[in-house]
Amino acid sequence: MVDLGQFRAETRQWLSDNAPVGVRGLTLAIGEGNWGGRRATYPNPNMKRWMEVMAARGWTAPEWPAQYSGGGLSKAEAKILREEMAALRLPEPLSGFGLTMIGPVLLQYGTEEQKREHIPKIVCGEIRWCQGYSEPGSGSDLASLQTKAVLHGDHYVINGQKVWTSYANYSDWMFMLVRTDPQAKKQEGITFILLDMTTPGVEAKPIKLISGSSPFCETFLTDVLVPAKNVISRVNDGWTVAKALLNHERTMIAAAFGGGGKKRTMRDWARDYVEFDGERLADDGLRQRIVQYEMDNLAFKLTADRSRDAAKAGRPPGPESSMFKIYGTELNQRRQELLLAITGPQALGWEGAGFTERELTLTRDWLRSRGNSIEGGTSEIQLNIIAKRVLGLPD
Amino acid sequence: MELVLTEDQELLSKTAHDFVRQHSPLSRLRALRDAGDPVGFSPDLWKQMAELGWVGILVPEEYGGAGMGMADFVVVLEALGRTLAPEPFLSTVLLAGQLLAHAGSAAQKEASLPGLAAGERILTVAYQEARSRYDLQRVATKAERQGESWVLSGEKIQVLDGGAVEAFLVSARTAGEANDPNGITLFLVSRDTPGVSVTLQHRVDDRAAALVGLNGVKVSQAQVVGTVDGGYPMLSHVVDRATVGLCAEMLGGMSQIFEMTLEYLKTRVQFGTIIGTFQALKHRAAKLFMEIELARSTVMAAARAVDAGTADFTQLVCLAKARCSDAYVLAANEGVQMHGGIGMTDEHDAGFYLKRARAAEMTFGDASWHRQRWAQLQGY
Ligand SMILES: Cc1cc2nc3c(=O)[nH]c(=O)nc-3n(C[C@H](O)[C@H](O)[C@H](O)COP(=O)(O)OP(=O)(O)OC[C@H]3O[C@@H](n4cnc5c(N)ncnc54)[C@H](O)[C@@H]3O)c2cc1C
Repeated sequence: MVDLGQFRAETRQWLSDNAPVGVRGLTLAIGEGNWGGRRATYPNPNMKRWMEVMAARGWTAPEWPAQYSGGGLSKAEAKILREEMAALRLPEPLSGFGLTMIGPVLLQYGTEEQKREHIPKIVCGEIRWCQGYSEPGSGSDLASLQTKAVLHGDHYVINGQKVWTSYANYSDWMFMLVRTDPQAKKQEGITFILLDMTTPGVEAKPIKLISGSSPFCETFLTDVLVPAKNVISRVNDGWTVAKALLNHERTMIAAAFGGGGKKRTMRDWARDYVEFDGERLADDGLRQRIVQYEMDNLAFKLTADRSRDAAKAGRPPGPESSMFKIYGTELNQRRQELLLAITGPQALGWEGAGFTERELTLTRDWLRSRGNSIEGGTSEIQLNIIAKRVLGLPD
Repeated sequence: MELVLTEDQELLSKTAHDFVRQHSPLSRLRALRDAGDPVGFSPDLWKQMAELGWVGILVPEEYGGAGMGMADFVVVLEALGRTLAPEPFLSTVLLAGQLLAHAGSAAQKEASLPGLAAGERILTVAYQEARSRYDLQRVATKAERQGESWVLSGEKIQVLDGGAVEAFLVSARTAGEANDPNGITLFLVSRDTPGVSVTLQHRVDDRAAALVGLNGVKVSQAQVVGTVDGGYPMLSHVVDRATVGLCAEMLGGMSQIFEMTLEYLKTRVQFGTIIGTFQALKHRAAKLFMEIELARSTVMAAARAVDAGTADFTQLVCLAKARCSDAYVLAANEGVQMHGGIGMTDEHDAGFYLKRARAAEMTFGDASWHRQRWAQLQGY
């Protein structure tokens, strides 16, 4: 047993010795973290250095096994690390789909060789991953996907089109779903495979969003050759892997939005933009909406705590990640809408004069947030999952 | 503060649920109602519950109780809430018992708590008045000094279990204006004191309540509970704690009506198919599930805050009561709706939950009252 007190003291010391001064106190907006990869751009010159020192200790992936360059920490140690990072106001050294989605799935389903090849590169931020699930005709009904993979010798030849592939144009590899048996029942002919984005025949075209940015792409695949050894788990068994990954995705999305953390409170915003009658917010309607939001937010946070405490006590929760996905993302949407209401006309800026940086960010964050209840499976689909798997209602 | 049941609490919960299933089906409340029972609960069952240690669960060990915490008690109350058990937990244990334990003199505790814990004494707090709504400081009942005595006059409404109690803790104004939190004093008034009149009230939820008239009721200084003029903070503190207990009962009720509804969705056939296949109903059921899960988290957090005495206790009480009020009313409304016509009949149990949900919502402050309070606590 490691002495946790000693671990904390050493961690604190190490962080204060090694974290570049320039990253302390750096708060990154959602989607603005360091995503790594061969084409990485860093929001701050110290950020790269920060990622490297952390990666060298495996602390970009604290709980992953040390044999694959992870940190090898226990849950309790990882918690201490997070707390000490928070105390020094240090940002996440690295984020992205490698750490949150494909990594955990490889650890569960990958072969020894696959783990040795890919996990260390995720840990050190060398490879950035994207997710090739959705297709123009297959969104919610993902299992209807059509992108075809045909075996030729020891390679698959892949043809088809993916869509809404977030950051495909910045990514080095893609984990994707392909149809390997067109005759089988739709869930049973799907394979989960890894694709190097530099392979000939892969083309990613950005799509512009209502928020003005273009984080996702249409991805065209024409006679793309992928080694058969890149299949994860068994051929035609991709649906199992796909679902496991979706659980990670939903948990990640929910965790990113729920709880709020150290963000400015609604009251802080209100103080800047709305009249107060002494200690009381003058606009009663707004006051009610803020209360509703804050109470729901705390109830949600307590529920997330409860789920974590139950897991720690060896009573794992059921298929409740859907609940966190729905509630967490919809809370974030309400938060954004409420911030618009509080900020008033100053929330209408797109660019240029008369608006602060914070106001302009708010406008775009609000637009981006409308996607929260769509990405990773829509709220309607999550409600179907709860009805079926948690409540046992018939199809 | 871990939001998970300990092994002891798991065990307590199981015992309580088994007991309720065996001895306290909803049909018992229905029978008491049909018989027009003035007491409103089953004294025999109350005795049994005392023997199980539930009645004295919060009473300190030196006074014959178990000296356990709210986090333990809520587990029992939730089970009782499942079948709307009408036993006087709110009045006797959560209100009167806690007030005496917190504010009572040594003599008062000695005289009341052991009997209470043993299930022999039913006590209640008379705190509401016609226009007080949820404000505990809005007290018009007067107590005037007369030599060594006090003389009380006024009327208290919806006094819980008023038909069965042997004494009331009455809030009365000894100084200040009608809405002043200062100047309120609590008196322990025996039911048979001259000038006390008790008239039963019939409430929609079939819980026994009464109007208590105080007409020149003379009590001694020894019957003051706590300090003269200082009753409000104590009352408010105890009502906040009692609110957490009520929330646990509400959690049990909403869980039960929800499960009944789910069962119906899985069996009722219309258009040649089970109605639970209709997505319009499925999604509503899934949302209700989430609301109940969130309500559960708030009750657990509030109960643990009571025991830990943490600073955010009042805030968590507001949260739990607001959420439980909304969730219970929603679960009951949806329960009746999804049962269709049968849900509207007296023969079906759904209506009992509909009625209790409203009554519980309007006890100790409804959702919007607690939201206002929250905003005030948060400084906006
Ligand atoms: C910001 C963002 C990032 C994304 N990133 C990626 C990515 O990196 N990789 C990737 O593969 N995909 C990604 N997606 C795609 C996302 O997973 C899909 O958009 C999503 O699954 C919905 O599919 P769809 O857009 O085809 O909508 P549709 O499935 O066509 O749905 C349209 C509407 O119908 C409803 N609906 C459909 N079926 C049902 C049903 N059975 N019951 C009730 N309602 C139903 C939906 O809820 C929705 O309201 C991203 C999406 C967004 C918004």
